[in-house]
Amino acid sequence: MSATISRSRRFAWREPSILPGFVPSLIFTLLWLGIIVVGPLAVMLWFTAGLGWRGFLDMVLRPRVLADLRVSVGSAFIASVVNLAFGLLIAWVLSRYRFPLRRIADALVDLPFALPTAVAGIALSTLYAPQGWIGHLLLPLGLRIAFTPAGIVVAMMFVSLPFIVRTVQPVIDDLDAEQEEAAHLMGASAWQIFWRVSFPTILPSLLTGFALAFARCLSEYGSIIFIAGNKPMISEIVPLLIVAQLDQFDYRGATAIGTLMLGVSFLLLLMINLLQSWVRRRQNG
Amino acid sequence: MTADIAVSHVSRSFGTHKVLDDVSLTVAPGELLALLGPSGSGKTTLLRLIAGLDQPDSGRITIGDIDASSRKPKERGVGFVFQHYALFRHMSVFENIAFPLRVRKAGKAEIRARVEELLRLIQLEALAERYPSQLSGGQRQRVALARALASQPRVLLLDEPFGALDAVVRRDLRRWLHHLHREMNITTIFVTHDQEEAFELADRVVIMQQGRISQQGTPMDIYRQPANIFVHEFLGESNRIACHVVDRKVLAEAGYFLGHTQGGDGAATAFVRPHQIAVRPSASGPWRIAQIASSGTHARLTLAWQEARLESGMTADALLAAGFAVGTQVDVAFTSGAVFRDGGAPSALQNKPGETSGSALDAGRTRLSVL
Amino acid sequence: MVRILLITAALLVMVLFLVLPLLTVFIQALSAGFGAYVAAIADPNVTAAIGLTLLIAAIAVPANLLFGIVASWCIARFRFPGRSVLLTLIDLPFSISPVVAGLLEVLLFGLNGLLGPFLAVHGVQIIFAIPGMVIATIFVTFPFVAREVIPLAQEQGNDEEEAAVTLGASGLQIFWRVSLPKIRWGLFYGVLLCNARAMGEFGAVSVVSGKVFGATDTLPLAVESLYESYEIQAAFAAASLLALLALATLVLKAALEWWHRGEIAASRPRTSARPQKAA
Repeated sequence: MSATISRSRRFAWREPSILPGFVPSLIFTLLWLGIIVVGPLAVMLWFTAGLGWRGFLDMVLRPRVLADLRVSVGSAFIASVVNLAFGLLIAWVLSRYRFPLRRIADALVDLPFALPTAVAGIALSTLYAPQGWIGHLLLPLGLRIAFTPAGIVVAMMFVSLPFIVRTVQPVIDDLDAEQEEAAHLMGASAWQIFWRVSFPTILPSLLTGFALAFARCLSEYGSIIFIAGNKPMISEIVPLLIVAQLDQFDYRGATAIGTLMLGVSFLLLLMINLLQSWVRRRQNG
Repeated sequence: MTADIAVSHVSRSFGTHKVLDDVSLTVAPGELLALLGPSGSGKTTLLRLIAGLDQPDSGRITIGDIDASSRKPKERGVGFVFQHYALFRHMSVFENIAFPLRVRKAGKAEIRARVEELLRLIQLEALAERYPSQLSGGQRQRVALARALASQPRVLLLDEPFGALDAVVRRDLRRWLHHLHREMNITTIFVTHDQEEAFELADRVVIMQQGRISQQGTPMDIYRQPANIFVHEFLGESNRIACHVVDRKVLAEAGYFLGHTQGGDGAATAFVRPHQIAVRPSASGPWRIAQIASSGTHARLTLAWQEARLESGMTADALLAAGFAVGTQVDVAFTSGAVFRDGGAPSALQNKPGETSGSALDAGRTRLSVL
Repeated sequence: MVRILLITAALLVMVLFLVLPLLTVFIQALSAGFGAYVAAIADPNVTAAIGLTLLIAAIAVPANLLFGIVASWCIARFRFPGRSVLLTLIDLPFSISPVVAGLLEVLLFGLNGLLGPFLAVHGVQIIFAIPGMVIATIFVTFPFVAREVIPLAQEQGNDEEEAAVTLGASGLQIFWRVSLPKIRWGLFYGVLLCNARAMGEFGAVSVVSGKVFGATDTLPLAVESLYESYEIQAAFAAASLLALLALATLVLKAALEWWHRGEIAASRPRTSARPQKAA
């Protein structure tokens, strides 16, 4: 009786499965992915490579670029930090308390996800302009928001708020009530319980949310350009800079900065993934 | 009798881990066979290989007269019931059972007739329009079975069919499956880790351990003659007693007499099951009851003498009748048991009438001391 | 007590940051009365923009739906080396700024781009024309359906599909009768989000469009055009349509989540916890 070598040998490179259709679906997926995503990316990287290291740095280290980077990164940082507090507050309240309109409030948190950025942009701009509802309230205090760097921060806050809320909320939902009860029985005050028992558990997700919010703020365009002053070096964000350069047919400049932004996005993505697997390990440990 | 299923020198590895190692077995037509073993023994893998859900690395599988090794599941004529039923959650009970027929493009009337017939068989006619999420575990199991039977397979394969159910439901379904098998007389293999279940249901049991077959035979055969210590211990609880054999007498290392056995002298291990230890109150008995644990209908006695410990079992009624309590002095007798020596089949532990097993040995450990 | 303070504070923040901007849109849109509102929307340039937006969505959403379905079969049901690389690649358009997305296209199809000369010779206009906008939208909304469906299909496991194989079903039968119904709600959800983004996309489309109001403006671009030309009320009127779309999306989203809360609770955390980059 001869031994029969099984079919699975032919597919030794992947785990054998009896489900059909692997190869066709894989080919389709790879094709689509290649044409839509990988191809264009490869083209841009190829263009950038054509600049050479020296050329790339020349483009990227120009004063306007550096200044705009400072504006983008600085505003993104401030917006994300402030949203840490607001986001945590909202997530906590939505998760732990029952009150009328809670369902609506919960759904509303996703508004910045769903609202087209141009709409958000003009709404915020109108709201915070000197004649706007909020703008005219702040005027006597000497605070101008619209058309200043502060406007950028406000727009970024609008856009990134849900990221922190939605990242932290599930963690708060999963907080162990028994741990808190134990602490309470041992005499801890509400604040102590929060700070020593709940907060450490929430912290990793806060960091993840921060990173997500930060990444979003950096790449945001539509919501910001209406409320920002868009003055080069002062209140111009990097995405706008790219658009400006394209308008002037400075493809090399635009490509260099685009690649820079891409690199930053990648780094942030990597950081976020690392954070998320760290969080997962902590939760399962 | 020609075999309905023949597994011949089948091996399967996942990565470096050898899950099945040169396994061969045959199943007679209409037989109900149990693949029994602890987790990791390879029993589910073997079942899946027979079903065609996986391919062996080497070896051959024949179903009927077809060499099944190269055939896809649907060409093998097997019905498979998954451990967690794998019912189609978005289809009603009726649609689930009808699925194999729809897939073969059977006519509407034919489908209706067959599904209703199967619903009657599993006694769930009233639930035809329900969805799996609305059924209990036992009901889902029956639907899964009906679905597997719908296309009239020649072989029925069940993967831990009752594993996810609670004890009462399990017992009921066991009886029901037995009855069903008698009626349909379809060649059936089922996988289980529950020894009681395998023995109660199967015509023949195949015990597997670490990818190999330890023993196969009828339940009674295996019980009477376990092939090795693994099988013996797998079949049920046993007191494991280190001993040595001198002149066909079995003497426990702890210093008491066990009984007689065949075979040569030397070190050995005796296995005596709880119910094979008879306990009698005795004012002079060397043993005393150290602990009594009751599990409802049955009771477990821990017997102690010097350093030695034995577990004996009796029904709760017998316990009450005997009036045993912790501290009672008792006599212990070994009614039967098995003596295992290195490498191989055990010899039976026997007691001659009138002999007092369980009695202490004197210091020299060669003579019985008469107390 | 603390409870009430916190709730009030949270609601205050939400009103300030979320509700007010939303209200502003509608109030400004209706600031000149309902008649002016209707007139603004009925303006031929705006209706053209609406038409273009709908057209682009009608192409982008089904395309990405198809991709999502096929990718979910390949990635969720099989294990093979490089799987996680594929997942990362699919997610890529999410992490890229929409402006960069537009830039990518310009580099590929623009006059000075890779395919520029080739296209010019054949008289095909992609950048600064509708095809370019469609491609940009497809790029930006690429991951939406796949992101919803792949984890869902993965959590559901292959048991039912394997059972279907043993019961004699062919690949297509398995997919159509067993897999597709299982991932239905994930598909709806993905399409919903994909559509919201497709219709609302601004940055990427802005870069590649000809910005000719009335011809190559989508609704978000029309909003910008109107606003920049100080036709504030008209701009907000157009914006209000998009805001209504956003609200409808939110309502449907909440409805879907509530409808399938049993399934969701059993399988994974809230969908919206994952980042989505709007234009």
